[in-house]
Amino acid sequence: MMRLTNYLCLPVALLAALFAGACGSVDIDEEGMDEVDGTEAPTVVTRVDPATAATVTGKVYFEGDLPRARRLAMDAEPACAGLHTGPVYSEVVVPNDNKTLQHVFVYVKEGLEGMMFETPAAPAVLDQKGCIYLPHMLGVQVNQPVRILNSDPTTHNVHPTPRNNREWNESMAPGIPPKMKKFPREEVMIPVKCNVHPWMKSYIGVLSHPFFSVTGGDGSFEITGLPPGEYTLEIWHEYLKEGVTTQKVTLAASESKSVEFTLKQAS
Amino acid sequence: MNHSLPTSIGSAGSYHYFAVLTACFTFLLIVAGALVTGNEAGLSVPDWPLSYGSLNPPWEGNIRYEHGHRMVAAFVGLLTIALAVWVWKKETRGPVRKLGWIALGVVVAQGILGGVTVLWYLPAPISVLHACLAQAFFCLVVSLAWLSSPAWERRVRDRSPGLPLNRLAMATAGAIYLQLLLGAIFRHTQSGILPHLLGALLVTLLAGWLIARMFLSPQASSGLTGAATLLGVLLALQLLLGLASWLLRLAAADAVQPEFPVVAVTTAHVAVGALLLANGVILALQSWGVQAGERRAESGLPATPVNP
Repeated sequence: MMRLTNYLCLPVALLAALFAGACGSVDIDEEGMDEVDGTEAPTVVTRVDPATAATVTGKVYFEGDLPRARRLAMDAEPACAGLHTGPVYSEVVVPNDNKTLQHVFVYVKEGLEGMMFETPAAPAVLDQKGCIYLPHMLGVQVNQPVRILNSDPTTHNVHPTPRNNREWNESMAPGIPPKMKKFPREEVMIPVKCNVHPWMKSYIGVLSHPFFSVTGGDGSFEITGLPPGEYTLEIWHEYLKEGVTTQKVTLAASESKSVEFTLKQAS
Repeated sequence: MNHSLPTSIGSAGSYHYFAVLTACFTFLLIVAGALVTGNEAGLSVPDWPLSYGSLNPPWEGNIRYEHGHRMVAAFVGLLTIALAVWVWKKETRGPVRKLGWIALGVVVAQGILGGVTVLWYLPAPISVLHACLAQAFFCLVVSLAWLSSPAWERRVRDRSPGLPLNRLAMATAGAIYLQLLLGAIFRHTQSGILPHLLGALLVTLLAGWLIARMFLSPQASSGLTGAATLLGVLLALQLLLGLASWLLRLAAADAVQPEFPVVAVTTAHVAVGALLLANGVILALQSWGVQAGERRAESGLPATPVNP
């Protein structure tokens, strides 16, 4: 629908571009967007009793060989290269010493149907620092504010390329105030790219609930505050797609369980 | 097929060198555009027609490629306006006179398409159209340069009805253009390479046949064989560049940013493709003159010298 609307707007876009030169600054705040679909959304916020809340922890392992870490070629960009004292490597595949992986998005895929969770007012933060995105992978809730910073002394553009949300592309000069953005539709994952520095990539997972996590330096994750129930957990990695990527887990009141995932290169 | 192009260029020669200059800058523009695509720089400047709200944006990262492309494009647009006016003022041949205005219309449309690609975040159909219209514009400017040249005056004074070589030259130029379209689709949509490979086969067959005909022509002067040789060299170079760019792309499948060898070779592939097309268009245009020479030779008349 969005695509069709875009194409129908061709004459308007052309006229605006030709005579006003203002298309690049069109306000693309996501708040006024349509609902995701026609299904009836729950209207009562689910409150999880802290006394019965359950927890899932675990680790994401890898098996087999991994692609070698790629050094980012920032040499042509002194404003970026000068921000680092040593070589900078791609964060696409980051293994840990314990055969686990960083930057794996872990989330509850099934088991929360019919529940609605409060949208956090506190913004998630996505920074551009040292000409890389921090964090590399980010989880937010639907309509949760995302505060986007440019901490670098160089110009970036921020360009998410979603499938279910609206695409936008905005510049961020050095010292510019943070941008506040929202994503009104669930989507795992939204690639975010800086086209000025094409090695800069980040991913944002947008969910209707707060039960997600991203693996860190020891490959572990923790999802807390879950209501008792039966869930399907799924993981997402930007490069490794094969292996054990889903797990079913049943949680009793106050129970804590651990699950493991394993990823490997496509054969 | 209409073969009634007037032969006398009259005072049109006055704009010939300006048309050549415009063609050179158009070639540079095609190279700049290929660099934008190769470096994934198309959206490094989010706004249009200005760049970061300015005519002089920060000259950083990929902005260099995108804004550089826009600057060359603007200059080519200005050159084309001047060329169209010049052609209109000096050209006496009706069909050629129209070419100047058509070129201007195409370059304006091309500029708008470039803006639309930015504002709509590089939709593949628009990007493909933008790439192909660039080549069409290049053909138009090359045609203007050729049709206003002293060489055209010499070679096509004796017109003749179309003969197989004429049609073959036209078919070859058309196949090259089709192949550029298939290449643009492959590049901008990440679709399979098979159509592009089949296009390469078609171009190779047609161009090979044309080259053979040119060498075997009764009028196989050094100029004609030279043109055939140039076509063959460009074709061979283009096939090699195509193979190299494909292999490099496969090798760089896991690259985290555009890599110089891939960008350099794919850009060269686009550039040589443009030269091949221009060569095909010139051969198609001059085949009128060649055919006239052949007809005259067959009828026992002294052949018109053919020195492409």
